[in-house]
Amino acid sequence: MNVDAPNSNAAAFLHRYAGLADRLPGARLDAVRALRERAAETLTAAGLPSRRVEAWRYTDLTPVLRAEFREALTAVDEAVELPAPRADRRAVFVDGRFRADLSSLDGLDASALAEVVGDVADRLNTVASASQPLVTLNTLLFEDGLVLDVPAGAEAGRLELLSVVSGDTAATVHPRHLIRLARGARLVLVETALSPEGARHLHNPVFEIEVAEDAVITHVRVQREAASAYHLAHLAVRVAEGGTYDGFVLNAGGRISRSETHLALLGPKATAHLNGAQLVADGQLADTTTALDHAAPNCASRQTVKTVLAGRSRGVFQGKILVRREAQKTDGYQMNQALLLSEEAEISSKPQLEIYADDVKCSHGATAGALDEDSLFYLRSRGIPADTARAMLVRAFLQEAVEIVGDEPAREALDEAVAAWWDRHGEAA
Amino acid sequence: MLRIENLTAEIDGKEILKGINLEVPDGEVHAIMGPNGAGKSTLSYALSGREGYEITGGSVSLNGVDLLEMEPEERAAAGLFLAFQYPVELPGVGNANFLRTALNAIRRTRGEPEVDAMQFLKLARARMKDLSMPEDMLKRGVNVGFSGGEKKRNEVLQMALLQPKIAVLDETDSGLDIDALKIVADGVNAMRGPTFSALVITHYQRLLNHIVPDRVHVLADGRIVTSGGPELAHRLEAEGYAGILDEAA
Repeated sequence: MNVDAPNSNAAAFLHRYAGLADRLPGARLDAVRALRERAAETLTAAGLPSRRVEAWRYTDLTPVLRAEFREALTAVDEAVELPAPRADRRAVFVDGRFRADLSSLDGLDASALAEVVGDVADRLNTVASASQPLVTLNTLLFEDGLVLDVPAGAEAGRLELLSVVSGDTAATVHPRHLIRLARGARLVLVETALSPEGARHLHNPVFEIEVAEDAVITHVRVQREAASAYHLAHLAVRVAEGGTYDGFVLNAGGRISRSETHLALLGPKATAHLNGAQLVADGQLADTTTALDHAAPNCASRQTVKTVLAGRSRGVFQGKILVRREAQKTDGYQMNQALLLSEEAEISSKPQLEIYADDVKCSHGATAGALDEDSLFYLRSRGIPADTARAMLVRAFLQEAVEIVGDEPAREALDEAVAAWWDRHGEAA
Repeated sequence: MLRIENLTAEIDGKEILKGINLEVPDGEVHAIMGPNGAGKSTLSYALSGREGYEITGGSVSLNGVDLLEMEPEERAAAGLFLAFQYPVELPGVGNANFLRTALNAIRRTRGEPEVDAMQFLKLARARMKDLSMPEDMLKRGVNVGFSGGEKKRNEVLQMALLQPKIAVLDETDSGLDIDALKIVADGVNAMRGPTFSALVITHYQRLLNHIVPDRVHVLADGRIVTSGGPELAHRLEAEGYAGILDEAA
């Protein structure tokens, strides 16, 4: 494979691949090698998308492409400071590598992708589409990930997925997580992504999630990485008849953070919740992009995404809902709202409904505005200081999205992240 | 004692208050009555420090302390309470959290210990019983989905918890049926005592049957044009504003 691609904007990633190709997991497996080679070809020919590509119109990847990243060097058994656990079971990734010594997966059918890639190679790029740019980049360089199978009817309880950056703070990590719930299985997956202040790393996780008939997954992502880091996540989800994907993504870190979810409701009476919140301050951009495919009748989807913007910051919401001809009796709801705390903040909102069925209920709405002066005065007239009053109203704005999360520890993790963000940026707001 | 001297105020460059002079001694309830557009609501907002109401002259003091230099929350801590004509709905802010945050903010500035969640509940439940408020109103968002009467009762509940030195009631009777009016009036009357005073702003005499004022002032075109005892309210009800205003002019 010739990776000398001076014309590709992804040349730096391709060079890294050229150097690592023989050492990455699955290097000796033809199937894996072939996927990586195809990703390299795609990136050589097309690169990563520029703003001329409609789906990337509001999010410019140039800073990511120009940044100087390094390979993540892992010192196994290195001491790492971890936050207090939020669940009995915990899968810990440090600098992109699974750390068995820090993890506890008792009673779960879970493994590190680097160790089992040969067994699961046929699952790669089956839920996620190889042609999606963030999937392509991840396919080129994935070094590890969580492979989790919840058997039929099993109540797997809560698992915490923790991703931390510890050593080199300018590394790129590309975890690939493969999660499968068999018929009637249940799982709560609470993910926290952290990195130290000043970190300039790139975190490019890809999730491939399969939810079989009547299975239910609650998937909460709490992204609190450094304000100088880059976070480009891609979640690909397939839900079968009667199944539920109950998702919430908080983007509260990163100079550029994008959370892209592609979800298909493939059987009747399946349900999707694609809720989220974004918190951005000076110099940051956060992007929530979702593509929801109603491909079967009698399915329901709910989406509430709230963005709070302080300082000179930007927020993006792109929400596409496709209702196919056969998806009669679809019940869809989408709402995205932005709270602008500064006159220099900017939100780009693009709801997109494509409906081919004739018997559907789909509503959507978008709002953007500043804190309500009447509300602020009401609180202050009761003796509540202005900064506390503002914090209460910001919290209230986010509440409508956060309170949808049914799992209490997950909701607490979100509350903490919101409070930490406000402590840092509230004064400037 | 609330002392207002020659207060003038404007909104968007338009003069609304044209020199208000008023004293409300401790322990007294005074009523301000006046036709629409007289400046009644402007007076209540000017006293509570709302943005956009520019004070162009005069002074306001509470027990000798200048209120006009203070932020709205400092005025509240100093003992001023405004019962809103239209209480604001705050979705996502729980009523209990709101009330306790306000109570503790004021207690802090008074150097009193904060109340914890249990102490607060005990306190709030007792006051709510007096006001015939269902307990689930603590769990709901502030004023969200409350009827007009419930909102006004929530205002009185806040007043009862915050224990102000002076309460300004801005058209608290508007939108109330007679039962709600009685409950609200009882709530105010229960506060009456040597250290509490109130300024009841109203268009109608009706409320003053239930909260009997010590003095009644008539506000018209930004000035107090005449003052008297409770009988003045009855005269206004019988004769209308026109006659009284002509007489005062």
